[in-house]
Amino acid sequence: MNKMLSLSRRGFLKKTGCLTVAFSLPLSMSADLAFAEDALADAHGDLRSNPMLDAWIRINADGTVDLMIGKVELGQGIVTAFAQVAAEHLDVDIARLDILSGDTFYAPDQGTTAGSNSMPAAYGALRVVASEVRAVLLDLAADELGVPVDDLSVEDGTITGPNGAETTYWDLVEGETLHREATGQAPLKSPEDFRVIGQRVPRLDIPGMMNGETTFLQDLRPEGMVFGQVVRPPTYRARLANVETAAAEALPGVMAVIRNGSFLGVVAERQDQALNAANVLRQVAEWEVESNLPGNENMKEWLLSQEAIVSKKKDEPRSGGPEPAKWMEAEYYRPYHMHGSLGTSAAIATLGDDGVTTVQTHSQSVYATARAIAGMLGVEEDQVHLQHVQGSGCYGHNMADDAAADAALLAQAVPGRPVFMQYTREDEHRWEPYGSAMVLKTRAGLDEDGNVLDWEFDVYSTPHGMRPGGNPARLIPAQYLDPPFDEIGIPQQSGGPPNYNTARNAIADYAFPGHVVTDHYVPQIPLRVSSTRGLGAFANIFACESFMDELAHDAGVDPVEYRLRHMEDERARDCIMAAAERFGWDSFEGGRNRGRGFAFARYKNYAAMSAVALEVEVNPRNGRIRVIRAVTASDAGEIVNPDGLENQIEGGLIQMLSWTLKEEVRFDDTRVMSDDWASYPILTFNEVPPIENVLINRPGEPYLGAGETLVGQAGASVANAVFDAVGVRMRDLPLTPSRVQDALRG
Amino acid sequence: MVAFRLNGEDVDLDVPNDSTLLYVLAFDANALGPKYGCGKSQCGSCTVLIDGDPVRSCDVTVSAAAGRQVTTLAGLREADGGPGPLQRAMIEEQAAQCGYCTAGAIMQAQALLDRNPNPTESEVRSGLNEILCRCGSHNRIVRAVLRAAEEI
Ligand code: FES
Ligand code: FES
Repeated sequence: MNKMLSLSRRGFLKKTGCLTVAFSLPLSMSADLAFAEDALADAHGDLRSNPMLDAWIRINADGTVDLMIGKVELGQGIVTAFAQVAAEHLDVDIARLDILSGDTFYAPDQGTTAGSNSMPAAYGALRVVASEVRAVLLDLAADELGVPVDDLSVEDGTITGPNGAETTYWDLVEGETLHREATGQAPLKSPEDFRVIGQRVPRLDIPGMMNGETTFLQDLRPEGMVFGQVVRPPTYRARLANVETAAAEALPGVMAVIRNGSFLGVVAERQDQALNAANVLRQVAEWEVESNLPGNENMKEWLLSQEAIVSKKKDEPRSGGPEPAKWMEAEYYRPYHMHGSLGTSAAIATLGDDGVTTVQTHSQSVYATARAIAGMLGVEEDQVHLQHVQGSGCYGHNMADDAAADAALLAQAVPGRPVFMQYTREDEHRWEPYGSAMVLKTRAGLDEDGNVLDWEFDVYSTPHGMRPGGNPARLIPAQYLDPPFDEIGIPQQSGGPPNYNTARNAIADYAFPGHVVTDHYVPQIPLRVSSTRGLGAFANIFACESFMDELAHDAGVDPVEYRLRHMEDERARDCIMAAAERFGWDSFEGGRNRGRGFAFARYKNYAAMSAVALEVEVNPRNGRIRVIRAVTASDAGEIVNPDGLENQIEGGLIQMLSWTLKEEVRFDDTRVMSDDWASYPILTFNEVPPIENVLINRPGEPYLGAGETLVGQAGASVANAVFDAVGVRMRDLPLTPSRVQDALRG
Repeated sequence: MVAFRLNGEDVDLDVPNDSTLLYVLAFDANALGPKYGCGKSQCGSCTVLIDGDPVRSCDVTVSAAAGRQVTTLAGLREADGGPGPLQRAMIEEQAAQCGYCTAGAIMQAQALLDRNPNPTESEVRSGLNEILCRCGSHNRIVRAVLRAAEEI
């Protein structure tokens, strides 16, 4: 039994009636803290908005410690990492902690949980608070025991004086002891003295998952729970002209049919009854539909022909020097991709007697989404209470926020009853925010030996980051209410340094004498889009690393050697060579229709780096590509938890191979047609290759975060291997059998 | 009314006969593990065993279970409530990221091991091929099943 989870249940179920989550994580996170001295400066943001010590930490008379944090668990071990930080700086056993995360009423607002960059700052705030709580308690103990603070020692919350006299945190704290503002003055434990941070902690949520214990939002069963479903329009731009609700209302178990403008939903006693009623409503609803989507077949031309906001992301052309001996150019395409979380998004919402709508959700951004839902419902912000509970895997901004909003709307119709709402697969597939389709144009001026003199890279993309951020119009149901929330607020710029978004990794990591990167940002959203694994990095790396391969072949140089010629950074060179060596690059013998491919990138140009070498076999008769084996080599700084790091890197490679080989959101001029796993297939067990992962340890170097270090390298290494195997260059994703066959036919 | 055995215990439920087995297990019998992923036998996250055979509980009615033996994750535990051999192997291999696919993958693998206690790696892959995982935990799950086979 997961100790932390049981503690959590005991504590917070009592206080707030909700399940709390207390999970572990790759230790990797804790390394951020160990090295991020700058985090202290940043910590003051989270502390300024949540200055009271007891907003973060409370000590209970029964010897438990409540820890309240605003970051949430997404399956990467974030919450456990926070537990380690608190336990370390408080000097209590981690098992004493009762953790509440992502609760908009009871845990401090730390913004959205996304990207590893925000974590050091978030840890910093907790580090300051925990150290200060410890200092306050030591002062009290010094008074009580009549000895100087410096003579006291602490072990798991028990404070001992030089004479052996003892007291404990739980004896010392009463009432308002910790109800005071953080001053930031308490001394901080130094990393050499860490005993908890940096330890290899297996994920604490895994035993519960395997054993069938309460882990997920889908496992919650509040008393009196009923079931909601929504009836979406046939397409984004549609108006509900007419619907005869009587037939649905008469169905067994139906408690309410909700219509507001073009929003249509139902609540029933049982899940089958809700689904059934939704189907009946779907059949009788009459919609006015607009047909003006470009269609996936025309998306490339569409992107290139729209009015774009053009900006230079790097503008360092060569001045003077020799004219290139020749120019080469190419154009690459990445279609829309889905998150495709295995579980569809879900939420449970309850309208209480006090007028407060409480929502259990797996949103990454509970605070901002609570504001957006309050806006949608037209109530004060303190009338909407979001509580985070773990859901299915999260690879960016998926439909968790929409589900919370839908459930909240449905709950208004049945006060007092918790409404469970989980989307159908079709609704999730068709309405989730996708990763944007993109076109990449590359052009290189080469010297006599085929080396790059001038490198030009042009990115064409619609937006990537469209999280709700407090705006109701970014929640699907709000767009269909009467009156609708329609100010979606498409950003008018595409993201700047250091992270960028459409142009993430559009700047190559190589040392080119001339280097110009131009972003053509199309601020339109024919299909709904938002943050999806790596944002623009997947496509930009795919294009850059495919083009490097083309240039190498044209120059008659081995592709690994060609990369090394242009790479100055020593760590990057090591990473490239490590992958090549483990793969056996130099001794590779392909054989008929078999080939090897290579790719490298450093995520965001400053985070963790990964190289991939893999082998494919292409079947020329049916066009199928089989990845036979793959090797990754990664440098993410000092390795704290090799197992967690490997899990993330390998998971990333597999998901990105799936994008590369199989995935494309298909749509016509009216609607999305990829509405289940048959029409949007993903990689299966038989298709996943054996993978060897080389981890390069850099003791003393900052931990760099690894969730997205391997994205477009997957696409490029496969395309490059296909070229090596059968001599055709694949520039449009996905690399489906029919595309391969077309290419082979020439 | 539907009666069946769930993880070795009799259950008797007053639910419509045409109810989907998944929802009866989840919401009436309160069995944790099988979860909705697609509702049409495409992903495997709702997999349970009926008389030892893996069944997609999203795609059959509760009558498919009537009078039969239904097994979910809880049914694989040891008598003391601790994880059974396959569950232990999954924990040892840390064979999950989000874990949403896990319950279905375990049930499918258990059926495989019951039939073939010494599967090869490729038999394990083929046996799990109808189970989808979006996080990329495939190779860890395969290793866990092979490890469990060794230990059983
Ligand atoms: S939910 Fe049953 S197979 Fe997907
Ligand atoms: S671990 Fe997330 S779907 Fe398999």
